[in-house]
Amino acid sequence: MNHIHKQRAILIALIISCVAIAAGLALYALQQNINLFYSPSQIAAGQAPPAHEFRLGGLVQMHSVHHDNNSLRVTFGVTDNKNSVLVQYNGVLPDLFREGQSVVADGRLDSHNVFIADQVLAKHDERYMPAAVKTFLKQAKS
Amino acid sequence: MWLWFNKLTTSKVFYQFAGRLLPWLGALTIILLAYGLYGGLVLAPPDYQQGDAFRIIYVHVPCALLSMMIYVFMAVAAAVGLIFRIKLADMLVTASAPLGASFTLLALVTGSLWGKPMWGAWWVWDARLTSELILLFLYLGVIALRSAIPDREQAAKACAILLIVGVINIPIIHYSVYWWNTLHQGATLKLFGSSLIAPSMLHPLLAMIAAFIFYFAVVLLLRTRCEILKRERKSRWVLELKN
Repeated sequence: MNHIHKQRAILIALIISCVAIAAGLALYALQQNINLFYSPSQIAAGQAPPAHEFRLGGLVQMHSVHHDNNSLRVTFGVTDNKNSVLVQYNGVLPDLFREGQSVVADGRLDSHNVFIADQVLAKHDERYMPAAVKTFLKQAKS
Repeated sequence: MWLWFNKLTTSKVFYQFAGRLLPWLGALTIILLAYGLYGGLVLAPPDYQQGDAFRIIYVHVPCALLSMMIYVFMAVAAAVGLIFRIKLADMLVTASAPLGASFTLLALVTGSLWGKPMWGAWWVWDARLTSELILLFLYLGVIALRSAIPDREQAAKACAILLIVGVINIPIIHYSVYWWNTLHQGATLKLFGSSLIAPSMLHPLLAMIAAFIFYFAVVLLLRTRCEILKRERKSRWVLELKN
């Protein structure tokens, strides 16, 4: 590695660090826009845009899902274990939707602070296991 | 070491070295792919939540990993080529770009196919999906930039700079699921600590990842050999090879 090589290497390192700083600042400034959803606590704190469409994310509250008998209408609570929001949805739910599962709902808050969802997405977690292991874990718990 | 490196990067030596390496890499790819596919499609039990649909992990995760690995490989090769003015580096970059783009596209498509039944949407503009899409555009940009500049050395330089600037996207893709709220789940495989996947499902996945890496190596060497012949078609050793 001679003198010229070293100079070029330093130049490349400089380019990378400049771009990294620029990208870091840009992403920091855009932080709120990049987040896909607001949590129920953020909504309780008034951070969600009122009268605007946004996404709500959290866990489906246990024993809170109510299906309407005559239509596709369903209501359920979404919680982050601190605060919760009541969600109303009219449509087909994804396969992974169940109580205790993470979901992301697209919609807006109405005047009674009920979240009227246009779309409900289920969030999958990073755990993969066979069905037999799951039942075994459940038995071990109870 | 330095001398050996210098020698290997001459076209003729690399051409012969790659030719000798290829059968071994090819054999490894086939063995690993056979085990990975059989293990992933037959031996691994269905997931407790997703059933058989989880098996797309055996294609999606290796593709996504390769899409990032190939980019880093190209950026390193481009930087080395810029610093030491090695022609071989540019040939490696040229040979890798379409491969990287294909793996990125495959990762996006397989993810989308899985996303529709599991999440309920083909596409969501979350940080992980968007940054991976940007990666695809970076690959396409490198390919387009190369073919837009007729002079080979200038094209190599321009591509190298684009690659080096774009490398900032790689940590963004990787950490996007931790930095922001995303629909995409966090990493299942952990380099340090235990992975969040049952061992019976993990082993075929690791085999598939290794198979994809070796597959990339095989196709890269084949394409680079082709590129060497194309660029050195007037040199004596290539003409001798022909006769």
